[in-house]
Amino acid sequence: MTDPRSLSPLDLDTPDKTFLDANELVINMGPQHPATHGVLRVILRLDGEKVLGLECVIGYLHRGVEKIAENRTYTMFNPYVDRMDYVAAVSNGLGYCEAVERLLSVEAPPRAQYIRVILTELNRIASHQLWLGTHALDIGAITPLFYTFRDREEILKIFEKYCGARLTTHAFRIGGLQYEAYDGFERDVKNFVSFVKPKIDEYEELLTTNRIWLERTKGVGVISGKDCIALGVTGPVLRASGVKWDIRKAQPYANYKNFDFEIPTGENGDTYDRYIVRMIEMRQSLRIIEQAVEGIPEGPIMAKVPKVMKPPVGEVYHSIEAPKGELGYFIVSDGSTQPYRVRVRPPSFVNLQALDLMCRDQLVADVIAVIGTLDIVLGEVDR
Amino acid sequence: MHALVQYIESYLSSDKTPGTAGNWFWATVYVLLVFVGLSIAVIAMNWLERKILAHMQVRLGPMRVGPHGLLQPIADALKLLLKEDIIPDGADKVVFWIAPFIVVLAAFTVFVVVPFGPTHAITDMNIGILFMLGVSSLSVLGIVTAGWASNSHYPLIGALRSSAQMVSYEVAMGLAVVSAILMTSLNESSTGTLSMIGIVEAQKAQGEWFLFKFFPLGIIAFAIFAIAMVAETNRAPFDLPEAESELTAGFHTEYSGFRWSLFFLAEYSAMIAVSSIAVTLWLGGWLRPFPNLLHGTTWDLAFSFIPGIAFLLLGAMCFYNTARMPKHPLFKIQTIGLAGFGAVLALIGLVMFLPPVRERVGDIFWFSAKVAGFMYLYIWYRGTFPRYRFDQLMKVGWKVLLPTGLALLICTALWAMRSEVWTQVVVPVGMGFADFVRRLL
Repeated sequence: MTDPRSLSPLDLDTPDKTFLDANELVINMGPQHPATHGVLRVILRLDGEKVLGLECVIGYLHRGVEKIAENRTYTMFNPYVDRMDYVAAVSNGLGYCEAVERLLSVEAPPRAQYIRVILTELNRIASHQLWLGTHALDIGAITPLFYTFRDREEILKIFEKYCGARLTTHAFRIGGLQYEAYDGFERDVKNFVSFVKPKIDEYEELLTTNRIWLERTKGVGVISGKDCIALGVTGPVLRASGVKWDIRKAQPYANYKNFDFEIPTGENGDTYDRYIVRMIEMRQSLRIIEQAVEGIPEGPIMAKVPKVMKPPVGEVYHSIEAPKGELGYFIVSDGSTQPYRVRVRPPSFVNLQALDLMCRDQLVADVIAVIGTLDIVLGEVDR
Repeated sequence: MHALVQYIESYLSSDKTPGTAGNWFWATVYVLLVFVGLSIAVIAMNWLERKILAHMQVRLGPMRVGPHGLLQPIADALKLLLKEDIIPDGADKVVFWIAPFIVVLAAFTVFVVVPFGPTHAITDMNIGILFMLGVSSLSVLGIVTAGWASNSHYPLIGALRSSAQMVSYEVAMGLAVVSAILMTSLNESSTGTLSMIGIVEAQKAQGEWFLFKFFPLGIIAFAIFAIAMVAETNRAPFDLPEAESELTAGFHTEYSGFRWSLFFLAEYSAMIAVSSIAVTLWLGGWLRPFPNLLHGTTWDLAFSFIPGIAFLLLGAMCFYNTARMPKHPLFKIQTIGLAGFGAVLALIGLVMFLPPVRERVGDIFWFSAKVAGFMYLYIWYRGTFPRYRFDQLMKVGWKVLLPTGLALLICTALWAMRSEVWTQVVVPVGMGFADFVRRLL
């Protein structure tokens, strides 16, 4: 494996001669392309079908979220974070709320913590389901997409019942929750857990031992644990390379230390391992949800936070384990009602760096598989 | 005038195909019939594929245009015809224009020799199967020219993939076909045939579909062909030339409207064409199931009712769904339409019970039913399998199918000649060896 730091940048203007006077081919994949998960643009340099190197061009979905934060109060900025990783809006909200809570030195009450964990883990499952559907679609299996979307719908229904929104939920508030769990919330969650368990087996039945799936994913887009760490790659991609790093265990936030769950790791760091790791993660999330829904304590759902938030001068970096990796918020407060600076460390953006390394010397079809397996959301990459 | 009528009538007493009998009038009629039938089949296939795939994927598929979306293909065809005809600026206009026609011509021409019944073919060539394989492989020319003329990277890569794929799978396909042709020569006079009708007649004479001949050799040959034919028609899981997630639409990325619909038409008629080859070679063509097991006039009669029953069942399905239609007045036209469609199907079913019709439709029905089975398989593959990568596709073609095909061909040949092999090779060599051993001792 080459050292990621030694990869030479692409020279896109002067394609070399390859074979029989044929030129290398420089082709442009995206920003309008069915398999780049939004508006990612990848410039590929090809020798026939072999990828010699690639370059990502990002920014087509840039909305200046971080700059917006500087002109909004802490509370007003909360809904904006949902628009970054829009398939895992709840996780984004959790990260932001906890960061501001640390800045204010308040802690959400236990009941709020439990409901937060349930919703976040539900969101992790939803995010992984969407990843599985689109990833399988990229590799050519069109059916899993509909199965995963059908089951993801049940999660979105719970979100909708809880807070009225399905995608950009704005579920959490700084200091706790705005809404009490609705009547039958626990029943719905329990029903969902027993509903989705056999469904995950169903997805695995379609893919895990499918010969074509194995051939398309085993040994494709391999990245070593060392390279992952060098590039800052986190989340399932890192864990599939054999590094047991999950912020839920390593630096427990919310109340994850109360729950019993395992961190799955892979060995080879290939696309198949990442698939398996995510499948196990879904099951582990169900385990957490089961424990959390049994243990929801009674009590308030909102800590005492001032109406007008003026955190003391200082800075905080708080990161959580979002479905895609480490989602960090670095917030600098100048003592006013608005943050002086908010910097988001989005997992997709950092993970996307590994694309070039993972795709070199593979085929065009593998680029698609690797983009899928990195599980990027362009809203988060571009912010 | 009288002579013309006589010319037309003269064919009716013939037991040959119009092409073989040299009757241009009936040949033209057959050509038109096949063309119309094929177009209808493609339209039906379009609807069926979307519906079946949808039901595999827990959704409904087209439901709005006509009852249960029955008119959707027609709406789509209209849309395609009315679309603006775009030829990209950088394209090679003439080649761009010709490419879809090459593909369509190749896909439709092969039906000249497809036997829907003992006399229901446009013509019966003595090299029928070679003609089919040859002409159907011409469509790769159209695909390559389409990819080249578009003057764009994605179509070019699609075209290159497609040419490599089709050429390499044709080899395996040919080997499987040869082993089936070997089986046709197993009669008293040991004369094999390449004629499509002859191949089916041979299965009839030997009282066995070639699928079950020399078990398991026939099944292996069939399996090789069944895999290669999916690759040959660029369908999932071998749909790399048009891999949507990789090449947007492959060789026809730059095509739209009518030209695109020609590619679509060609793809589906090519699927039907290769399925007809498979049906003719291994599944007994127009022969009804169990011709040797359940024979006799009673069974013949019983089987002759099946086409009518099938259509009646389809009609009953329509009526059942008519009853399940929403009772809201907005659905009145749809309900009537579905009931009418059911009535037409049921009427066709009833007509098929009439003795003169009953005796004549059996061949076409069984042939179409077998081809329809393959069409279902195509849809099923598409719903279940991920897509192969290009190098893996080549690996399957050259490293798996080709050696298997060669070994199969040798095995079939040896097995077919087993008495000769025994008396002229094994026994003399064994005797010689025994003699050698005896002298040593």
